This record gives sequence, C-alpha cells and structure tokens, in this order.
Amino acid sequence: MTASTASSGWRQPSILPGLGLSLGITLTALSLVVLIPLAALFIKAASAGPAEIWAIATSPRTLAALRLSFLGALLAAAVNAVFGLILAWVLVRYDFPGKRLVDAAVDLPFALPTAVAGIALAAIYAPNGWVGALLAPYGIKVAYTPLGVMVALIFVGLPFVVRMVQPVLEESQGDIEEAAALLGASRLRTIFKVILPPVLPALLTGFVLAFARAVGEYGSVIFIAGNVPMLSEIAPLLIVIKLEQFDYAGAAVIATLMLLMSFALILLVNLIQARTRKRLGDV
Amino acid sequence: MSRPSFRRLVQSGLVLGAFSLCFGIVAGARAQTELLNVSYDPTRELYREINAAFIADWNARNAKKITTIRQSHGGSGAQARTVIDGLNADVVTLALAGDIDAIAQRSRKLPLDWQKRLPDNASPYTSTIVFLVRKGNPKAIKDWGDLVKPGVQIITPNPKTSGGARWNYLAAWAYAEKAFDKDDAKVRDYIGKLLANVPVLDTGARGATTTFTQRGTGDLLLAWENEAFLAKKEFGQDKFDIVVPSLSILAEPPVALVDANVDAKGTRAEAQAYLEFLYTPKAQAIIARNFYRPRNPEAADPKDIANFPKVDLVTIDGAFGGWAKAQPTHFGDGGTFDQLYKPAR
Amino acid sequence: MSEAALPRRDATVPAKAAKPRRARPIGSESRLVQILLIAVSLGFLLLFLLLPLISVFVEAGARGWSAYRAAITEPDAVAAIRLTLLVASIAVPFNVVVGVAAAWAIAKFEFRGKNLLISLIDLPFSVSPVISGLVYVLLFGAQGYLGPFLKANGIEIIFALPGLVLATVFVTFPFVARELIPHMQSLGSTDEEAALTLGASPWRVFFSITLPNVKWSLFYGVLLCNARAMGEFGAVAVVSGRIRGLTNTMPLHVEILYNEYMSAAAFAVASLLAGLTLVTLALKSLLEWRYGDAIAAARHH
Repeated sequence: MTASTASSGWRQPSILPGLGLSLGITLTALSLVVLIPLAALFIKAASAGPAEIWAIATSPRTLAALRLSFLGALLAAAVNAVFGLILAWVLVRYDFPGKRLVDAAVDLPFALPTAVAGIALAAIYAPNGWVGALLAPYGIKVAYTPLGVMVALIFVGLPFVVRMVQPVLEESQGDIEEAAALLGASRLRTIFKVILPPVLPALLTGFVLAFARAVGEYGSVIFIAGNVPMLSEIAPLLIVIKLEQFDYAGAAVIATLMLLMSFALILLVNLIQARTRKRLGDV
Repeated sequence: MSRPSFRRLVQSGLVLGAFSLCFGIVAGARAQTELLNVSYDPTRELYREINAAFIADWNARNAKKITTIRQSHGGSGAQARTVIDGLNADVVTLALAGDIDAIAQRSRKLPLDWQKRLPDNASPYTSTIVFLVRKGNPKAIKDWGDLVKPGVQIITPNPKTSGGARWNYLAAWAYAEKAFDKDDAKVRDYIGKLLANVPVLDTGARGATTTFTQRGTGDLLLAWENEAFLAKKEFGQDKFDIVVPSLSILAEPPVALVDANVDAKGTRAEAQAYLEFLYTPKAQAIIARNFYRPRNPEAADPKDIANFPKVDLVTIDGAFGGWAKAQPTHFGDGGTFDQLYKPAR
Repeated sequence: MSEAALPRRDATVPAKAAKPRRARPIGSESRLVQILLIAVSLGFLLLFLLLPLISVFVEAGARGWSAYRAAITEPDAVAAIRLTLLVASIAVPFNVVVGVAAAWAIAKFEFRGKNLLISLIDLPFSVSPVISGLVYVLLFGAQGYLGPFLKANGIEIIFALPGLVLATVFVTFPFVARELIPHMQSLGSTDEEAALTLGASPWRVFFSITLPNVKWSLFYGVLLCNARAMGEFGAVAVVSGRIRGLTNTMPLHVEILYNEYMSAAAFAVASLLAGLTLVTLALKSLLEWRYGDAIAAARHH
C-alpha cells in the first residue's frame, strides 16, 4: 500500500498536486509513531515462541481478563446503544429547557481525563458515596465489582452512539415519516419500519466505536474495578501486572491479542461507513 | 513520481528534525547536583522529611551543594521495572530485597551482593504487618485465625504488584505454618480461605488503604505498621483501631545505590552519603516519627518508640529461606498465590 | 445534495449541533412518552456524566479556597501543569500537520489501500492506552530494541519528555485527521481544481481555499486533540517514571496526590483538568453555533 511500490494504476488520475507530499508526511508519521512501535510489540510477542504464546493466551487468567474486557465492553456498548439512541432522539426531536447544555455535556467523556473520571466514579459509587449509599441498603454493590467496571466503560463510551446517530436522525426528519403517518401507519410502526432502518448503520458504527474504546480503557477502570484476578481484572491491567513482574513477552502477547481484535473492529467500522457512503451516493 | 518522492525526503527530514529537537530540550534540562530516589508507595512522608534534613546536613558541610532530591513513588515492583527500563535512579529504596535483586540481575547496574554493602541487610528501618480495623472492632478480629471467618472482608493489595502485599501474604503464611504445625495441606487451606475473603485487590499499598479508609469497603486492612499509623493520623484516631496479631513478619525495606547511574551522573559521593545518612541518629529519629521501626531506637524520641507494640516476628530468611526462594515459590507464575487464589463466583 | 450540509458519519468525532428544528411532524409521540423519554435520558446523563463532574468540584472545594489555591500553586503542581502544557504544545501541532496531510491525501485522491490507511490512522484510537505506553518501553527502554543504542549515545526517550510526547502523539494521532477527512470529502475538489486551472500555485490553493474551507473542523479537531493530550493517563503512566516536579504530568499528579491522602488537593488539580474540559466543550458549542450559521449561509446561496 505504500506509494513507492506501484508505478502507475495504483491511483486514479487527478489534477490536484501534493499527493506525494501529503501521503509522504502521513506515512512517515504513521510509521514512526504507530507502525514501528507496534512492530516492536509483535516482535516481542513472537519472541516468546508458539508454545508459550499459546500457553499465555489460553491461561485461565488471561481468558478471564479478556472475557471481562470484551464482555464488559460489549454490555456497556449495548447499554450505550439503547440509551444513546433515546438520548439522540430526545435531543433531535423534543424541546426542553437546558437542551443545549445537555447536548454539550454528552461530549464530556471525550475530554475529561480518564484518571479524574475514575476517581470521581469510585467516590460516587463506593458504598459510602452519593449513589453507592443509596444502593447499599438493597445489597447492590457497584464499586469494586464487575458492575463498577461496567459503569466506567459506559462512561467512556457514552458519546459515540449519540454523536453517530444524531445527524442521521436529523436528516430523516420529515417527509417519508409524514407520508407513512398519512397512509395510516401507527406511530410505533413508523418508528420501527421508517425511522430506524436508515439509522441502523450509524447506530452500529456508534456501537462498535463505543465497544472498541471500552475494550482498551484503563485509567478510569482501575480506580473502580476492584482488580480481583479472574473476577474484576481487565485485560489492560493484566498487561500492566505482567509488565511489573518483568514478563515483557507475556505482556506483549496479551497486548498483541487485544491489538488484533481492535484493528479488526476498526476495519469493520470503516467498511460499514464505506458501504453506507456508497449506498447514499455521497462520495 | 520523482518529484513527490523528493518532497517526501524533505518532509521526513523535517519530522526527524522535530524529534531531535525534543531530545535536545531534555539533554539541556539536566541539572548537576540532583539526586533521584526511586521508592515505593508508603514512604512519601518519610522521605520528604529525610530529604530536607539530608540536604541541610550535606550543604552545611560540602562545597558542592545538592539542590534537590527528586522522588518517584509507586508500587515496589512497578518502580523496580522503571529502573530496569532505564529510569536514572541514583538510589532505590524499595519495599523488599527481591525487587532490588531483580534490578541487579536484569540491568546489571549494581552488583548482586548489594545487600552486604550497608549495615543491617541494607535496611535502615524495618516495619511489620498489622491489622487496621474499624473503630470498636465490630467483627472482633483479634488474630490471624479470625481472618478466615465467613463474612469478614479483608483488604490487601495484589502481591503480584505490591511489595507490602507480599509481606502480608508471607506473614499470614508464617502464622499458618505455626498454627498448623507446618501441615502443608492445612496451611494452604487457610491461605485459600483468607484469599477468598478479599473483595478488592488494589495494585499498591496506598490504593488498598484508600479503598479501606475512604471508600468504606472491607472490615480489615492488612497493612504496613507505618501505613496503619499514618492512616489513623490522617483520617482521625477515632475512626480506626490497630490490632496487633500474635505473630507477624519482620519486614526489611532495603536501600541501595545504583552504581551505573551514579557513575554516569557523577553523583556517587552524594548518593552514598544519602544512604549512610539514613543510619545516623538524626535520620533514625525521623524514621521513628514516621512510624517506621528504627534500627537504633536509642536515637529516637522514646514517645515514638512507645508506639511500637512488642510482636513475635519471624524473618524472611529464617522462615522462607530469603527472597530468592520465597519470590518464585509464592509469587511467581504458578506459585502458591496463583494456585490458592480462587475468586468467589 | 448540498454538500456542506451533509451530516458526517465519521468516527471518533461528534457531529454538529442540532439544526434549527422544523415544525413538528404529523406523527409524533404523546406528551407522556416524550416526558418519559426525556426523563430517562436526563437520569442516565446525571448518573453517569454530571455526578462525577460535580463531585470533582465539590471535593476540590471541600477544604476551602485557600487550600485549593495552595494545592494548585505548590511547586510540584506548577511543574506538572507546565509539563502538561509543554507536552500538548508539541504533540498537538505535530498532529495538526500530520492530520492535515493525511486528510488531503485521503479526501482529495483515490488510491488503492485507502481504507487500510484510514483504519491504520484510526488504530491508536482503539488501542488500549496501556499498550501505547508499552510499545515505547519495548522499543526505547533500557531492555528494549533501541535501548542500548540510545544509551550509548546519551539519548533519553522514556522517562523523559520525548517519551511523554511520543505516547501523547500516539493516543491523539487520529483526532485531527478524523475530523478533517469527512469534511474535506464532502466539500469535494471543484474549488481547488478551478483555482489551479486559473493558474494559482498549489500552496496558494491550499492556504487560501482548502484551509479556510475546513478551518472550523480543524479548530474543532485541535480542541479535542488538545483535551485528550492534556488528560491522557494510561499511556503516559507507563513511560513517565513519575519523578515529581520533572516527569509528572497533571493526570499523574492527580493520582499521586490522591495516593498521599490529599484528596482535596488531588481533586483541586483534577478540577483544573475538568475546567479545561468545560472550556473545551463551551468553545465547541460556540463553534457549532458559528459553524451552523456558515452552513445555513451556504445553503441560501
């Protein structure tokens, strides 16, 4: 895929200049900052040898951590998909006081440092915190349980679904919907048959992004998770622990596993988007 | 394609230039008479006081002044790793000898027999493991035996990442060996039950203390003696009680010079003096005031010494054959901790 | 379709603010359902977003104004603030240059492997921050692949400023590019082509046509990039070494203070970061107002 490999035919002709320059900057920076370091990670992981890689990857503790990270992220993304859709709907369709404020607040997790979020969430959801104290009498514990992991992951993934779905909902407002209503479709039927289908790709993209972000989250989770091996220990923490036991290869193997899965996810999102763009004739 | 590739060359030159600029800034920022002490979590308050005293002491007697002693704190294992990975520590003051051994073995920046270079196993202060419970001791926890009762929640950091947690674990192990007369199956059963009562494993001693004191989680905190005293001081004498078990372990947090680093920086004399200062009466008094047990109690304020209860203490060398043996047996991959840790479902 | 008005379906980046609402469509939910849905949304936001933010400021103010001031003017805190600003001031411009270049290449040209390239640019976004720190340790650490070489030449990367900058550049890599690409794509290249045909030089076309066209998206990308650069914790924690007053950034300083039982001071420094977040969001909202007007203006023509 590099510019130098193909002499012609690798790109469509254009009268615009600067492809070489801009692609050059991009690839140089990409290589220096992202690709070479990641290559070091792969080499380190490979240095462990196939038998050991397999042993690390399939050890119960690794599997438990990966399961928590991926399942937790999946659940958190699902929660975000549901509430994010409702939130986007409310923000686009209804009027209420403070709407602009709410709209701005949705971006908070993008910008709030994860460590700050983690400490604040732990303080709130601990048994003596504002919310934790309300739940404690019912025997519901949030902080220091897998539920706490979920809370943090929901927090970091929240903006994605809203921000993906919002513009599409705005666009879909109007004519077809009115037509459906005039033709006698019930409101619920209109929502599910007319409004939601075009939103689906955006919803899916938001879901996958929230998921991808949550899988790797570290800063906000460790403060609230409890970090008990096999139970509330997330995969990034396991990497840190391996690192602190001087087990560089082990850390690299788990990191590589996570990385490959992340990359597959991102590729998936971009494919969804490319397909949607093509279908809407937008390029 | 020829023009763009030339442009790309220019461009990569620019990028490289930017990178080397970063290096230049850092190279220029190095000050001469600064020491870096890489330490573990609970020593922050101790070394803040020690550093001030040492700088005053050194600068009164030497022409080459020390401007600052920088501190870096974190879990003991994590700190050892950063030194192995190249952090330029002049001295390391970690929670256990095993972590400094790891630095010696992996980075070869100090000799393997580093522990013989200073008195008292290179540990100018000691501590032990005690229980911190909530005021009035509502769960009536008196000794290690009470820790495995159902419904008792124990807070301890993760022995994989925290030095203090390793001492906790070994103290419990030593008690069990004595209580069950070295019956291995019963010892393992006891430790397994104890671990099953642990709902939160923080990565460091400080995190565990915060979880217990500020988040109101757990009935008992397994803690360094100094950490337990400090927690009482910080959060109020009326909130927590310290329970001293019948038997505990003599924790020896060692200090060492990182030879390769001090030689590269030209700070050997200062760093060596810094470590030796820890053994002086002045430093020993500071040590006792910060709730560590001084090697030389006569130097300290008797009021501080009176804080320390008499405890039956086992040593790591006597009961476990030293860190070189205890570390892999208990905390290595597949060690007893891994075998016995079965989280509640 | 009017291209500029196209909402973006891109990754990582929030979309523009709500356009002025039209009259309510014929079919709509009952008032009760509306109130219910609004209540659910607001409750959800309160629980997960606003409470944490409020608690930061409440805890920060717990010991009064003078303690707050003392916490943020203490030398180590000042050093942390200065370091954070320095790191961001290197990482953000770097990402702006790269982001603009990447957006130009991707939005203005069609070439093979484009989707792969986009995915690679996006990759840091989904990589765990811990891994982004780890890769630099593996590469530049004393035991790493380039460690011996760097040591022999007296170059320090990790546990020093370059390591912090690299880790920050890594985690914020996609932000600017991701913001610009969809906007440039939707604008098309007709303006530039026309200018070139009329004899303008390529750089002039870029600076007087392309850049002004996307300036708001660019600014917006810079804002997000900057917020993330200043707030990054996981990646920086791995490569920092946590030397107080030297390699301690603000988020790390928050953690250190928190671990020293100085939770009021920790939250005080945290409140600075949270304040920065609020400023970022305010700027962003402001931008959306202006940007929204620009779109509307473009439509009327």
